[in-house]
Amino acid sequence: MKSPILTVCRKEVVENSRDRRTIMSTLLLGPLLVPALWAFMINVMVSQTLSDADEAISIPIVGQTNAPNLVAFLRRQGVEPTAEIENLEDAAAAVSAGRQEIVLVIEPEYALNFRAGGDARITLVFDQSRTRTGASTRRVKALLDAYAGQLRVMRLQARGISPLVLRPFTVDEYDVSTATGRSVLILGVLSYFLLLATLMGGFYLAIDSTAGERERGSLEPLLTVPATRAELLLGKMAATICYMMLSLALTVVGFAVALRFAPLEELGMASNFGLLVALKIIVIVTPIAPLGAALMTLVASFTRTYKEAQTYLSLVLLVPTLPLIMATVLSVRPDLEFMWIPSLSQHLLITELIRAEPLNLVHLVISISCSLSAGVLLAWIAIRLYGRERLLG
Amino acid sequence: MIQVEAITKRFGEIEALKGISFTARDGRITGLLGPNGAGKSTCLRVLYTVLKPDAGRATVDDIDVVTEPIAARRKLGVLPHNAGLYPHLSARENIAYFGELQGLSSSELQPRIEALLERLELTEIADRRAKGFSQGERTKVALARALVHGPSHLLLDEPSNGLDVMATRSLRRWLRELKQDGQCIILSSHIMQEVTALCDDIVIIAHGQVVAHGTAEELQEKFGETSLEEIFVETVART
Repeated sequence: MKSPILTVCRKEVVENSRDRRTIMSTLLLGPLLVPALWAFMINVMVSQTLSDADEAISIPIVGQTNAPNLVAFLRRQGVEPTAEIENLEDAAAAVSAGRQEIVLVIEPEYALNFRAGGDARITLVFDQSRTRTGASTRRVKALLDAYAGQLRVMRLQARGISPLVLRPFTVDEYDVSTATGRSVLILGVLSYFLLLATLMGGFYLAIDSTAGERERGSLEPLLTVPATRAELLLGKMAATICYMMLSLALTVVGFAVALRFAPLEELGMASNFGLLVALKIIVIVTPIAPLGAALMTLVASFTRTYKEAQTYLSLVLLVPTLPLIMATVLSVRPDLEFMWIPSLSQHLLITELIRAEPLNLVHLVISISCSLSAGVLLAWIAIRLYGRERLLG
Repeated sequence: MIQVEAITKRFGEIEALKGISFTARDGRITGLLGPNGAGKSTCLRVLYTVLKPDAGRATVDDIDVVTEPIAARRKLGVLPHNAGLYPHLSARENIAYFGELQGLSSSELQPRIEALLERLELTEIADRRAKGFSQGERTKVALARALVHGPSHLLLDEPSNGLDVMATRSLRRWLRELKQDGQCIILSSHIMQEVTALCDDIVIIAHGQVVAHGTAEELQEKFGETSLEEIFVETVART
């Protein structure tokens, strides 16, 4: 005789494969949408960083004839001067009205003061409350500083003094992070998305097979078949795990594909997201499936309606994010003491993996066994509660 | 045969069953008649093992429903109140699922399902998803599901609820046929006409107690009234 666990599991898998909601969340939302969105985000980030640095900008400069060398310098650095504004008052009005991002005003006495070696003045008109213009303001300021630096060196040299006098020491930057290491910042969110997609995969099935079954009135007949409630519930959890694993596998594939379209190299990063890494990630995240299935089934079993179950389970989906937020805020290192915490340990292990560092087997074993134990414990509680008479409502 | 001996059941403050006893014999239809909230459903739920009684004993062919619930369930076909189907499964799949859970192999299951579909006039909708079924179609499939393992006992909680006249007639015809096959059938109802039309033995339940028990004729003899309705009103009012 076939085990009721298998019968229940197979039926739930088949039935839910015909439910559009389940299929959307398992096969589309997690595996397709999330990696695509993520690749899009990286693309936008990269294009912004690059455009800020190199794109030519045009800026109105008042009194260009007062400082032709400065204007020529700015032009060489990609700042195109325009002459549409006449004086400081117009400049202030144009910037505060938002017609201009930034205006440079060179005072009429500039040339005179400059030649006298005195206090030549330039006014930079900008609006600090407009964050969008911050990058161009910083850029113009940096260019003016650079120009002033050049003049400083020339003036000192003209007086026979070494420019080094003004520079007591030099700071050399020596960044030891590897290209792969730097990509962790961006790839770090990947572990969160993987955990979320895994949970989402089982979300609707966990609700449908418990709260949904009760709401439809098919639970009571089911409880009259010659199988124990533990067997019925284990079958339901097994089906939930199947969907979660499917969602996880598809999401990993989705990310592997999305990474091909993410211009990590342009950010000076490398990704090592090959087949082997993909398989290792699946091994790392797999224990979350039984844990999540048990947790979601436990919660969904004791809600009265499908809607109520949906509300509570949405909160449950936030649970795995808490350790990840902690990890980011406290910048947790992948130490042994964190490996017993489900979701945090998976996050740390995936991060190590993406950093292209060797996988610590002890950590992996502790992570897997602790997550599985927690899953078994929750499943046991769910089964105990499923045996209560109040289940029928 | 189903024997119920002094069953009590309490839900917190409410005493749902206050020592119910009756016997339902094979080849007969026993009707549990009572007003809403009398304890009919609770009594049936104890019999089909989803509730445990606080005291008392109930047996199905001498199998105790409390100590051997799994063995008792094999002998029982159950149609709970407002029983639902799986909307994404076809009528045939809904029935087959319960057949598998009853431990039938697919070679045993196939001919049984065909016979049931035929008998309950379900052949036309056999492969349609249950999502769009009418109440009558749902009840028929639920009945087929309850009969799939060929149980010797059938428990039905308000089976004609929501059925139109034609569907009710068909249901009665099938129940009589099953009775002819020697089945022990218990059904609950709050409708007098249904019980009079269908049942051989009548158990009137009110406030968690059996207030009268016997065939329609016996009850009329005992109370000296002509209609069962008056007996019902009288017995319920007296408790």
